[in-house]
Amino acid sequence: MAEKLLEIKNLKQYFNIGKANEVRAVDDISFDIYKGETLGLVGESGCGKSTTGRSIIRLYDATDGDVFYEGENVHGKKSKQELKKFNRKMQMIFQDPYASLNQRMKVMDIIAEGIDIHGLAKNPAERKKMVYDLLETVGLNKEHANRYPHEFSGGQRQRLGIARALAVDPDFIIADEPISALDVSIQAQVVNLLKELQEEKGLTFLFIAHDLSMVKYISDRIGVMYFGKLVELAPAEELYNNPLHPYTQSLLSAIPLPDPNYERNRVRKSYDPAVHNYTQADDVRMREISPGHFVQCSERELELIKAASVTN
Amino acid sequence: MEKILQVKDLELSFNTQGGEVKAIRGVNFDLYKGETLAIVGESGSGKSVTTKSIMRLLPENSAEFKSGEILFGGRDLTKLSDKEMQKIRGKEISMIFQDPMTSLNPTMPIGRQLTEPLLKHQKISTSEAKKVAIDLLRLVGMPKPELRMKQYPHQFSGGQRQRIVIAISLACNPKILIADEPTTALDVTIQAQILELMKDLQKKIDTSIIFITHDLGVVANVADRVAVMYGGKIVEIGTVDEIFYNPQHPYTWGLLSSMPSLDTEDAKLYAIPGTPPDLLDPPKGDAFALRSEYALKIDMEQNPPFFKISDTHSAATWLLHPDAPQVEPPLTVIERMKKFPGSRYYEGGVV
Repeated sequence: MAEKLLEIKNLKQYFNIGKANEVRAVDDISFDIYKGETLGLVGESGCGKSTTGRSIIRLYDATDGDVFYEGENVHGKKSKQELKKFNRKMQMIFQDPYASLNQRMKVMDIIAEGIDIHGLAKNPAERKKMVYDLLETVGLNKEHANRYPHEFSGGQRQRLGIARALAVDPDFIIADEPISALDVSIQAQVVNLLKELQEEKGLTFLFIAHDLSMVKYISDRIGVMYFGKLVELAPAEELYNNPLHPYTQSLLSAIPLPDPNYERNRVRKSYDPAVHNYTQADDVRMREISPGHFVQCSERELELIKAASVTN
Repeated sequence: MEKILQVKDLELSFNTQGGEVKAIRGVNFDLYKGETLAIVGESGSGKSVTTKSIMRLLPENSAEFKSGEILFGGRDLTKLSDKEMQKIRGKEISMIFQDPMTSLNPTMPIGRQLTEPLLKHQKISTSEAKKVAIDLLRLVGMPKPELRMKQYPHQFSGGQRQRIVIAISLACNPKILIADEPTTALDVTIQAQILELMKDLQKKIDTSIIFITHDLGVVANVADRVAVMYGGKIVEIGTVDEIFYNPQHPYTWGLLSSMPSLDTEDAKLYAIPGTPPDLLDPPKGDAFALRSEYALKIDMEQNPPFFKISDTHSAATWLLHPDAPQVEPPLTVIERMKKFPGSRYYEGGVV
């Protein structure tokens, strides 16, 4: 596979440390993101998938662990200059297209904010041209630049969010549930746009979502999170055809599909973490079952999973 | 089958500063006893407004019934006084909203919220109401209901809150339950539980359900019949199999093909181009024509009537007119039609 763009190593993000209500939102997860791929991250709300995204881009200071971007650590002490450099390479698209755009700024200034901060435009005319180009890239037009966010529909606002992320010409974009707030017909428009942009600009995506069918469609590889841990990581096709961790199986069996016959026969599996029966002695970690397919398991489970994997 | 609710030629507008928004432009449907009718469509298609008008929950200073009637138990709900309506709301027809975080009162223990409809609509004592409420909580699968009665909404998870909302809505054994996107805010695993719960309860108390959602997977799971709404109108209505395996309206085609199924290959997703129509100034002909590659000339001028495909299935599109040219639906739709006896692409096999 291609070279690593990002290496996440033993990342931990705890909140309220040392207090009774300590939350281990992200609890020691490691994975790599390769150049030009889309890595999907799924799991139910509260499993830490958004926190993972936010820790990677340094919206939170990680409790422990490292994030390497092209070999350089993102966390730790940084000068303003160094931070700026990272901020240009990594951008984020947020879930709520209503809350993530400043209602009191014109589209022109929203999109150009990054351009201004990084001094990417030499003069106002160039700045204008860059914004116009960006609007066109995301399927809007230059007349839109003088409007305010409230004048746009949800799908259009999400396009503005994408244009803003693209403004600084990043390599890596974290999309945190970018389509959850949109209608089905509009979701397809935005997903197609993201795919096109990826091909054109060679972007790398971390795509966080709970809509599994969309995630499968857009992702090359998918990671499944449960209670702050990564429990399975595999190529998209493989994960769906051969889910090995019981939680992944339960998650997949819960998705309703637009097919009444399938729905009549769908059997939902429920997941009970107690099935693992882990003891203190068990060394529970991610293990590679087949090339590129990792499952969190203990030594004892590994054999069973391998056996099950073959029979599938 | 017994018709429990009839919506006839319903037209409703909102009077806004910008002008008259024609939110519902002639909606007709019947609801039968014990069935689940799903209403699908994108935001602004009028699905929520339709059901809110049944409950008469729309702001009276701006929403105006233009014509039509909503018949329930021999009475026209559009004509009832507020007082009469209050006797129906929560008792005969009740509603579950999308967001379980905001539809419960955060300052009231859930026990009181559960007994509220009982005390209001039924002549029973507080202690009896409490007993019923505890039974309801047990019915929706809440562990330790006696203890939970004293707790506040914030002490419950999202899924549990939605269970409580369902328990409240079922308190008086309503004839109709309207569920407006009841699982949209929930995780898939929780969603699956809530859907199972609703189906279970429906069997037990024989309620009719109107289920609003834009998730076609959920529709396939819960619905007996489906109404597809677009631009303030129903454009297609039929049994769940007819809508999913033999859709006729181009908008239904678009909806079905814009959702990736788990075995969609890497082909580009079909995206319905453009945006929904502006109902301040609705298009003259077929509201979907401007976004449809199948639009005929007549679509721009005249609104299509309903054409019957079967006793249970009809669609409003000129494509079904005997003089219309025969068109090829999108590939994903043809794949679906292959499974449906009676469609022209049927390939045999059992449905």
